[in-house]
Formats: sequence, C-alpha cells, structure tokens
Amino acid sequence: MGTQRKGAIVGYAEWPTVRRYDGPRRFMLEQWMDLAAEALADAGLALEDVDGLVCGTLREANMFVPATVVEYLGQPVKFAEFVDLGGATGTGMLWRAAAAIELGLCDVVLCALPGLPIPSNPDPRDRPPPEARWLGSTSNAWGSPQAEFEVPFGNVAQNAGYAMIAAHYEARFGSCERARAQISAQQRASAALNPLAAFYEKPVSLDEVLASPMIAEPLRLLEIVMPCAGGAAVVLASPEKAKQSPHRPVQITGYGESLTIKTPTFADDLAVTPVAAAAATAFARAGTTPAAMDLLALYDCYTITVLLTLEDAGFCPKGAGAAFLAERNLAFDGDFPVNTHGGQLGVGQPGLAGGLLQPIEAARQLMGRAGPRQVRDLNRALVTGTGGVMSEQVALILEGA
Amino acid sequence: MTETLLAPLAPKMTPTSTPFWAALGEGRVVLQQCDGCEAWVFYPRPRCPHCLSPALSWKPVSGRATLTTWTHCPRPTAPPFTGLAPQTLAVVTLEEGVRMSTFLLETAGRTLELGMALSPRFVPTEDGTATLLAFAPA
Ligand SMILES: [Zn+2]
Repeated sequence: MGTQRKGAIVGYAEWPTVRRYDGPRRFMLEQWMDLAAEALADAGLALEDVDGLVCGTLREANMFVPATVVEYLGQPVKFAEFVDLGGATGTGMLWRAAAAIELGLCDVVLCALPGLPIPSNPDPRDRPPPEARWLGSTSNAWGSPQAEFEVPFGNVAQNAGYAMIAAHYEARFGSCERARAQISAQQRASAALNPLAAFYEKPVSLDEVLASPMIAEPLRLLEIVMPCAGGAAVVLASPEKAKQSPHRPVQITGYGESLTIKTPTFADDLAVTPVAAAAATAFARAGTTPAAMDLLALYDCYTITVLLTLEDAGFCPKGAGAAFLAERNLAFDGDFPVNTHGGQLGVGQPGLAGGLLQPIEAARQLMGRAGPRQVRDLNRALVTGTGGVMSEQVALILEGA
Repeated sequence: MTETLLAPLAPKMTPTSTPFWAALGEGRVVLQQCDGCEAWVFYPRPRCPHCLSPALSWKPVSGRATLTTWTHCPRPTAPPFTGLAPQTLAVVTLEEGVRMSTFLLETAGRTLELGMALSPRFVPTEDGTATLLAFAPA
C-alpha cells in the first residue's frame, strides 16, 4: 500500500519546555520564524527549499493562517494546510505533510507549533475573555452543543471528561490505579534524564503519584499534564531532498486518523478510543504490526490516555492494560520503551506543541540522536496524537530509512 | 431533594432546543424522535443524525435513566462551580437510549455503580432563565 516516494522527517527543533517562562515574549508569527530557522538548519536545508507548509492555530490570525505565515516567512509554497485537531494537531500535520510529498505535490514541508507566551496587550479589548482560562477545549459559543448541554453542568475542559472515561473503564474492567501511577512514575524517570523537560532531574515515585491530590476521581494531580511554555517544529522531505540532511531520514510509512465525537458523553463506547481505527489504518498502510514496534511515543495528556491507547492500538486486549503494564518497564533501557523523553507527563505540555514532542522523540531515537537515553537496535516506532477528550486521534508509523 | 439548590450557569439555549427547556421548566422531560427511522435524538437537532430526516417529533418520556459514568470532583471543575463543590458529574443513559451530561444529587451514603437506576431532578438556574435536568439514585 502507498507509494515508494515516502515523506521523511529530516530535521526538527524543540525548545526547552518550562513551567514559568521568563524569557522574551514573542508573537506566534515571530516564534514560527525562529522555529523554522532552527528546524531547517537542523535538516541541512534552506528556506528556498521549502515548498509546503502546515500550520496550527495562530493568535495573530483567526483565518487565512497559512497565507499569513507564508508571507511572514517570505517563502511561497505549493501546498498549505491548516490543522485543527487539538493535541492531535502535531501528528495530524505530519501525515498531511507526508501524504503531500507522497502525492508529489511538494518536496520540503515545514510544520511548526509555537507555544511561548505572547506579549501582553495593553488594550484589554484584545485579551481573551476570563472564561477562556477554564473552558479549555470546551466551546461556550452560542449554538455550540457544549455551551448548552455540558457547560451548565460543570463538564468543562478536560479533567472531568478524562476522569469519566477512566471511571467507566474501571467500573467495567477493574481498577487500573497502579498501572496509571506506573505510567506517570516511569515517564517521570525518563524525563529526569531529558534536559529539555520541565521535570528534568525531578523524578517521582509510584507512591508519590498515588499520594498526590485527587482532582477528578479516579485521576490524581500527577496523572495530568502540566501546562508549560515551549515550541516545536519538524521538517519533512522527499527521498531526493532527504539526501541533503545530515540525519538518517525517518520515513512516515503509515498513518491513520479517526474523529468520532467532541464530548465523550456521546462516545459509542466510553472505553474504546478513536485510536483503535487510527492505528489499524496506520499499521495496514505500513504493512506492519504492533509486535514489530521497537519504540512507542504515545500522546499522554493523562495516564489513562496511554493505557487506553495501548489497548486500542492492539498491544493487549481491551481491559488487559493494567496486567500488561505490570510486567513491563517503559524506560529507554527497559523491555518496552514508551515515551523515552518523559512524555508530556514528564516534559510538560507546551500547548499544541506538546503534540509534536512525541513524533520528535521517535525521530530523535530513530536518527540515533537520543544520547544517554538512546534505545538500541531501533527501526520502527508507533506515534500517536490525541485531541480533545479522546475525540480525535492520529497514529503514525515511523521507520528509519 | 435539596430544595434550595440552584445551578450557577444557565445554558445558552437555541431555537431548536426550546421545547426541551420549556418542558423542563414544567417538570417534564421531552425528547425528539425521528418519524422516519424511530431513533431517539439528543441533543436536539433540526435533522435526525441517523438518517438525516427533518421529520422529528417531540415526545414526552419518563426521564428515568441509568448511570453510565461519573466523577466525584473534590475541587470545583471551574470557578463558577465553587459553591457547588464537591460536584459529582455524570453521564447517564435515558430509557430511550440517548446519553446526556448531568450532575448527580442525593448521593450521600449511596454507592454509585455502573447501570444503577436514576430518577430525574429539576434544578433551576440562579438567573431563573432555565431548569437543568439532574439525576438522583432511584
Ligand atoms: Zn432518523
């Protein structure tokens, strides 16, 4: 399936993820330019090589986002996309870029997601409304079903939704409390080795996760990502252009996407996530299987996301995730490496850029650039992205060329 | 039943859903049913999300439901709910099979279980513009 002209990740930029950013504030467009320069330099390519561009939301433009970025960068393109998939935006950007390259539409595609604070505007009319702080992914616009049927009940943002998914799962399949705590603790151990992580050199124990404050039963504080500042970008190239990169090209050989709902209230089955369909498509396209994966880089806004993703992507049967994890070590030198950078639970979540950190870690590992946490004999990785409250998911198969 | 309970936030009602909210104001529950494929529809829409028929009729229903999931939140899920903490948010499945988001009342001393029977409770909003559909163990 697919073509031989696979798009490959040939370079990236990842800014340190920090809890309290006190550096210079920049507009997102300015950050886009910085990220583009860093990622292209890493890829050994020049701005004039770029002929495709994929963007996410921009604070400076409500529409016409790609044209705004193209003009700002000063580089015309033949392929432009705007992706709006929440936490799955990053992975959604990458497969669209790879597909455009496969189709022969373009040769070098730039994807960037800025996530540093922008300058605070002295004009209060230009500031987001105060409710934006607590609405999270929930829309409170008139006419939005969430404004009418979720917000009045306090089912806003992400915590309660993920908690209700976890609670439903536990009511059917038993407690996964220890497995969830294991995910958090083992990822924090990996983050402790990652100088770009907000929790660098700050591991937590399984008992500390279990003792952290209850936020929304059954989810505790240390099972939930911490909002941070950061930013990330990825450069993808055709096989010809990839030769200019100093790195081992990391081909996107499989990809799948699935969107089912906006609010889990309306999920057909609260225990089954869209990654089931997305991963099945990705594995089929790549002609490979879960068992062939050497590394997993799974979107982890919450611990329960990782557990459900493992089940739905086919690593173990539904309901068996906790037993499966109990016998495995997720560290870079463990028997089942997952989120060797620490995941967002360990690195922090720099807004939408958090969804690029998983594919960047997989690419870094497949390129052999992971330094002290390098996984050995590495050729294939599964990467996932999750948007909203398990409402939209993307799966990618990455393979070292 | 807590007679004094008021919900802090009113729904942003739409013309399409007016019959639903009007019925709740009278202590009744109504749902849309598709005249074409007989599917029950919630939330309200101008067409059936199963067959796209525009022929939907409002029907009175019992409001009885079962518990699909819930979360007890010791901390308010958002600043407007500070006075309601601790909240118990839930997703319930009505007898007709449709799901809805809600909160649970009268749960003190009750063990919540998947599939447990629930009865409707009608909770006015603080601003007096609407009545929310909450639930309590039956
Ligand atoms: Zn119908």
